[in-house]
Amino acid sequence: MTVAMPFDAAATRAQFPLLARSGLHYLDSGATSQMPQAVLDAVVRFETTSRANVLRSVHRLAEAATDAYEGARRDIAGYLNVADDEIVFTSGTTAGINLVARSFGDGLQPGDEIVVSLMEHHANFVPWQMLRDRHGIVLKILPLTGDGRLDLGALARTVTPRCRLIALTHASNVTGAVTDVAPVVAAARAVGAKVLLDGAQRLPHGPVDLKALDVDFYAFSSHKMFGPTGVGVLWARKALLEAMPPFLGGGEMIRTVTLERTIWADVPHKFEAGTPPIAQAVGLGAAVRWLRTLDWPSVSAHEMRLTQRLLDGLGQVKGTRVVGPTGLQGRIPVVSFDIDGAHPHDICQILDGYGVALRGGHHCAQPLMDHLGLAGTTRASLALYNNDADIDALLKGLDAAAMRLR
Amino acid sequence: MSDDLYQQAIMERAKGRVGAGRLANPTASATVDNPLCGDRITLDLSLSNGTIAAIGHHVRGCALCQASAAVIAAAAIGQTPDDALAGRNSLKSVLKGEAAAAPWTDLGIFAPVQRHKSRHDCVLLPFEALSQALAQAKT
Repeated sequence: MTVAMPFDAAATRAQFPLLARSGLHYLDSGATSQMPQAVLDAVVRFETTSRANVLRSVHRLAEAATDAYEGARRDIAGYLNVADDEIVFTSGTTAGINLVARSFGDGLQPGDEIVVSLMEHHANFVPWQMLRDRHGIVLKILPLTGDGRLDLGALARTVTPRCRLIALTHASNVTGAVTDVAPVVAAARAVGAKVLLDGAQRLPHGPVDLKALDVDFYAFSSHKMFGPTGVGVLWARKALLEAMPPFLGGGEMIRTVTLERTIWADVPHKFEAGTPPIAQAVGLGAAVRWLRTLDWPSVSAHEMRLTQRLLDGLGQVKGTRVVGPTGLQGRIPVVSFDIDGAHPHDICQILDGYGVALRGGHHCAQPLMDHLGLAGTTRASLALYNNDADIDALLKGLDAAAMRLR
Repeated sequence: MSDDLYQQAIMERAKGRVGAGRLANPTASATVDNPLCGDRITLDLSLSNGTIAAIGHHVRGCALCQASAAVIAAAAIGQTPDDALAGRNSLKSVLKGEAAAAPWTDLGIFAPVQRHKSRHDCVLLPFEALSQALAQAKT
């Protein structure tokens, strides 16, 4: 059992070597978070003491590599309160959702329906459009409320008996709105549909108990939750994984191969064809172990205090409009905004001159941008290592950028 | 430092918006998107006696994209399609740190963009639209 230590914001930030760089205010964690020393050390330790392929050779290095890889799987499963063999390593959220679209989706019939929302990341939109075009399924769109949240009141008329899957973001990468999952699960269960959540943005901001959420699929990426790039996880209920055909064929996903046929390996390896991102998975395991040491109520309070500071400051910048929820209820510390007469890329470029790293653009959510009538927004995405100075640097730079660009 | 991008010459072009607005009866039109940021330009042109008589554009984009479209609208009038097409190569030369060739010497204002690779497409987007519109006018 891991005992959570009281959260010390400065001490936590000090664990991220890159953030020691003078004058850097990193507010682009929604794109990629930084890695703490504990994760960096775990990756280097693996590469220098245990590097070998997994689930193949019998030599000691290979056994150590397999132990580290499967150990990471156990740590991740424990963090999410699910079984080890329900954790499929992928290359990231996009790959996880594509796996479901190909494997679960290809089993659907023409006329079957999948519900997504207007504010999905392209990763949870394009694979379903592709499935629609392959199989003639019907893609239905859940609308948004005026404050940029999912309009759960529209579930009743959107989810019909032909619905087979509701695939939604757990937290928006644009507006920061967190999805209220229970009504979604209830609507799905009422018609026998499954629920998939894109957890990429939600997991960096606290543990998620998948058993309690009662969804069917959950996809996320390591690099957004303080782990290495190149690895992610698809979690699914074991019965679903067992019923689904493999997505990719190749080494490691088989039990036997003859000239006539192939018998698949058991789950989860059935879905892990080829050499997986081993060191990266080990790094993700270390990230999860590190996350377990944190006192999350205190971390959340810290993140929300900074979010309020940011929202208050944005309210003082003339012509600025926050896109999405303007309060702290049901949100992650991701804030998008629009400044009259100033393009997001120009704002981000000028802010870079102040050492502030932001993202501007459509955030891989073009249907949402079209709905909002915007080409893009400027986004500040915070993580637990941010501090008051980061927010203040952003606000100071924004004043200057707005003056320069108008 | 990013400030060099927003120097007076570029901002004057961006805010001056020369050529902003659609043409009523263009010879050709092209709409081009920048998939990275979602910016979009629609460029109309009219040809008369083998030269460009008018250019209009609607830009949903950043200051660099606006400035680039304005430079096109100011410089391309009276040019043959071949001379106008040379503008894109001239801009690419500027983005490699070389001088802008006549009749596109105004593109020299984009010299600071050379250091910001992620912004090269912002200034190239209007030239892509110009190329597509000219190709369409030929057919």
